[in-house]
Amino acid sequence: MPRLPSQWCLRLLGGVIVSAILGFLLLPALVVTLAAFNSRAILSFPPESWSWRWFVKAIAYEDFQAGFHNGLIVTGWASTIALAVGAAFALALERYEFRFKRPLETVLLSPLVVPHFTVGLGFLILAAQLGMARGYAVIVACHVVLVLPFVLRSVCISLRNLDPRLELAAASLGAPPHRVLTTVTLPLLLPGLVSGWLFAAILSFNEFTASLFVTAQRTQTLPVALHNYVREYADPSMAAISVMYIVVTATLLTLANVFLGLAKVLNVEHPR
Amino acid sequence: MTPRPFLRAFVAPATLCALGFVAALAAVTQYSLRAYVPGSLEPGGFTLANFAALLKPLYARVFLDTVWICFLTALFTLIVGYPLAYALVHARNVALKSAILVIAVKPLFLGEVVRTYSWIVVLGNNGFLNSMLLKAGLIGAPVQFMFTEFGVVTALVHVTLPVMVIMLAAALSHIDRDYERAAASLGAGPIRVFLTVTLPLSTPGIIAGVTTAFAWTFSAFATPQLIGGGRVNMVANLVYQLGFASFNFPFAASLSVAGLALTFAVLALMRAAAGPLEKIGLH
Repeated sequence: MPRLPSQWCLRLLGGVIVSAILGFLLLPALVVTLAAFNSRAILSFPPESWSWRWFVKAIAYEDFQAGFHNGLIVTGWASTIALAVGAAFALALERYEFRFKRPLETVLLSPLVVPHFTVGLGFLILAAQLGMARGYAVIVACHVVLVLPFVLRSVCISLRNLDPRLELAAASLGAPPHRVLTTVTLPLLLPGLVSGWLFAAILSFNEFTASLFVTAQRTQTLPVALHNYVREYADPSMAAISVMYIVVTATLLTLANVFLGLAKVLNVEHPR
Repeated sequence: MTPRPFLRAFVAPATLCALGFVAALAAVTQYSLRAYVPGSLEPGGFTLANFAALLKPLYARVFLDTVWICFLTALFTLIVGYPLAYALVHARNVALKSAILVIAVKPLFLGEVVRTYSWIVVLGNNGFLNSMLLKAGLIGAPVQFMFTEFGVVTALVHVTLPVMVIMLAAALSHIDRDYERAAASLGAGPIRVFLTVTLPLSTPGIIAGVTTAFAWTFSAFATPQLIGGGRVNMVANLVYQLGFASFNFPFAASLSVAGLALTFAVLALMRAAAGPLEKIGLH
């Protein structure tokens, strides 16, 4: 096909616009990395001298350690429960018709649009009314509800890409339903299950607004500890933590993309 | 009737979660109708006073500001997100496609606090942007980006962009390319193909993206708190102040309920307004 000069210009313009947007997305991460390696306690660009001291300080800071530890407990439970509940419900949603199907689906997807402060305050008041202490159970329950829509979406998309004939073949060869489920359906769903769990875990570990309401001093998760730190201090320890966050998240996402096919999981690939 | 093995086991846990969520929302609603007893965490009798107090100019103003900020954020996120989603779907190079995807969705997984802090480092008075502008001699004194609506909306657009890109890309990737090819083969230039074929067909994605962006921004807390610094207040900040600084949980609850109602009202309004548009897209 002959390329007209006007089309070439259009492509160039598109490239410039997309690069600018990618630059906007990356700018904070790059700037915060510069700030983290600055040896002085006050922000200055470009930094005059470099050091690792803020990383050392951030890792040694007790509130961050406690927050990290609490965060792992909450995230471990919340993402695993959400995966089990969400995967089971996704199977029912995709395969069966049952009573209250649509209302149930609507309620479980609604945390996507319900403000997180409403959810957090709701669980706080509910726990108080039930006489529960502000322990891990309340935080886990709150996180399960908040990440469930992402698990549902991820597993539903994988289920739709699964060839139902494979299950029918197993059943016609005499496999009872539980055997079809454990030897055909679940293994084929594995990428969707892993990515659903991964999304749930990352989102739960980073959930902030609702956590602020349901955590107590003793159970505060890392984002809450970070928030309290930013309000009190201005040194680059926070920048160092941010860099660790950025590196870990970028690594996880890149691995997820290579092994699970992020485009397929997020349903942004053209079906062929 | 077809057999439905494990139906009960599949649905029961999800039903339990849904009931828990509904109970939490019911708890907020119940508290919003109770009187505040100063100095006590226990609420008093039933009353509508909390909702009457919402109409005071002080609080009504925060609601209006919040809706305005959400609107601006949703609009700019759409403008910035559309080209990126388009590039993501139409990129032929696999490595480029993966890079765009990872960069575009990453902010979603960073958490609000880390992202907001990063923007403070960019926008602060001795932050990156001001240092660069000063060094280049473009400005004589630091420009105040912090504590302004501009700063808050910039950071919020960055936060909301991933969801918008995912939703737009999902819609764009499901458009049959043959429509675009047909239009081009009939002599339409690339701009005309985009405006008369691609854009109308992506309307469902635009609607989903804008409504979700609006709802997400509504629940933003750390960004307006840390970048707005008390000068740009959103409903979330007010709820937190009332709950944890004045322990007026009934009023905080009524603000939450009003916030929820407003979110649903705006979403319904957007869907209603978008209905005719979506029909164009389906043809």
